[in-house]
Amino acid sequence: MMVKIPKIKGYRRQNGRVGIRNHVVILPVDDISNAACEAVAHVIQGVLPLPHAYGRLQFGEDLDLFFRTLIGTGSNPNVAAAIVIGIEPDWTERVVEGIASTGKPVAGFSIERSGDLKTIEAASRKALEYVQGASELAREECSLDEVYVSAKCGESDTTTGLASCPTVGQVVDWLVEWGGTASFGETSELTGAEHIVEKRAATPEVGEAFMKVWTDYDEFIKRHKTNDLSESQPTMGNIRGGLTTIEEKAMGNIQKIGKHSQYVGILKPAQAPSGKGLWFMDTSSAAAEAVTLWAASGAVLHVFPTGQGNICGNPIEPVIKISGNPLTCRTMSEHIDLNVSAMLTGEMTLEQAGGELLNLMVRTCNGRLTAAEALGHREFVMTKLYRSA
Amino acid sequence: MRQFLVHDNRDNVGVAVVDMEAGQVVAGATLDNGHTLHVTTCEAIPLGHKIALKDLKVGDTVIKYGEDIGKVVANIRAGELVHVHNLKTKRW
Repeated sequence: MMVKIPKIKGYRRQNGRVGIRNHVVILPVDDISNAACEAVAHVIQGVLPLPHAYGRLQFGEDLDLFFRTLIGTGSNPNVAAAIVIGIEPDWTERVVEGIASTGKPVAGFSIERSGDLKTIEAASRKALEYVQGASELAREECSLDEVYVSAKCGESDTTTGLASCPTVGQVVDWLVEWGGTASFGETSELTGAEHIVEKRAATPEVGEAFMKVWTDYDEFIKRHKTNDLSESQPTMGNIRGGLTTIEEKAMGNIQKIGKHSQYVGILKPAQAPSGKGLWFMDTSSAAAEAVTLWAASGAVLHVFPTGQGNICGNPIEPVIKISGNPLTCRTMSEHIDLNVSAMLTGEMTLEQAGGELLNLMVRTCNGRLTAAEALGHREFVMTKLYRSA
Repeated sequence: MRQFLVHDNRDNVGVAVVDMEAGQVVAGATLDNGHTLHVTTCEAIPLGHKIALKDLKVGDTVIKYGEDIGKVVANIRAGELVHVHNLKTKRW
């Protein structure tokens, strides 16, 4: 079945990218600036503070990832404007300049030689201006292939491999056929299916690059493991849902990349794709960490299959939950946006499930709140590679 | 009404899509070729859990999706639950 590319109502940003939300974010550069950011959000309504635990004494690749995550988050097309608050001016300015390069309104404030109170006042005045400006921006007609979509599953069980992950895979196949942009990842969780993922690369070079990233992660796990990781990967929730081994979990996971889509390149954590198509991103398999990395890479809509009921959300990127587990859909209905459990009994086909997800994605793009948004799930969790200096 | 699904005709396990009781003849569907098969359950198999489609011995490989998902660590009879007590990863 050839499905027509749906139209959506989105926000076209200064750099041409399409967003589906219109946030004014307050970004702390470091943990000790969280309080000032949260204070601004108390004074000015409609702004979104993003407190986090890091930003001091990081170095090397870990510091690069930290800046890429902060700058990427502020630059996301779901963000209308950004305020950056840090303890000292230089790293604050580095984040401001990164976001400013997208053409987005951004202003930075540093606390040293001012104190919290003067900083909060100055940042609040700027936040007032930004939030009023954002409130006057109008949605305009865009196309779903302009919406960068990320996909990862969580608290998987055997139903994710039978129903919710193939449903996402159907949509990924359509997005790729239309020339859209999508990304998958969860490097460690592809263990047992890595040979299949390798073959789905668009070129042998991309497949080799994938295998290098996967092997590095696998060696890291083997270096630090104290048992066979059962209870960690698969998680206790996975096991409770009937998944036994990482190989079995991986085979369910990769149903998300569809039946024939090929990935065109490999992204570092939080790295933005340089073109259209399906991209593999090197991420942890932990939900909040991984979705935060995709939002920082510019993804504006996340599709999230779950079996046992992972409740993760993200402040920037709406997360749509799809479940094929009838028990979860019944006992945790407030968390599930789309119930595809009829696929288990044969009463819903893969194309029907894909069509329903596509319809829900369009409605979400047009402004419908996801379950995670309505429940206030705003998990902003940075990936830290190693200890600070 | 199917009670379990089999991803691939090469698989030696199926997945319960309803709670299955012990001592029942249960019907399953194979997704890649649409074939129907029947197994007698030796014990209760809850929704989402795996049922052995044939006898498996220690050291055998469990196949699901037509792929290796780990090794048998305790003998399994057809119709028994396959999970962490009798199946382990070969990777970690």
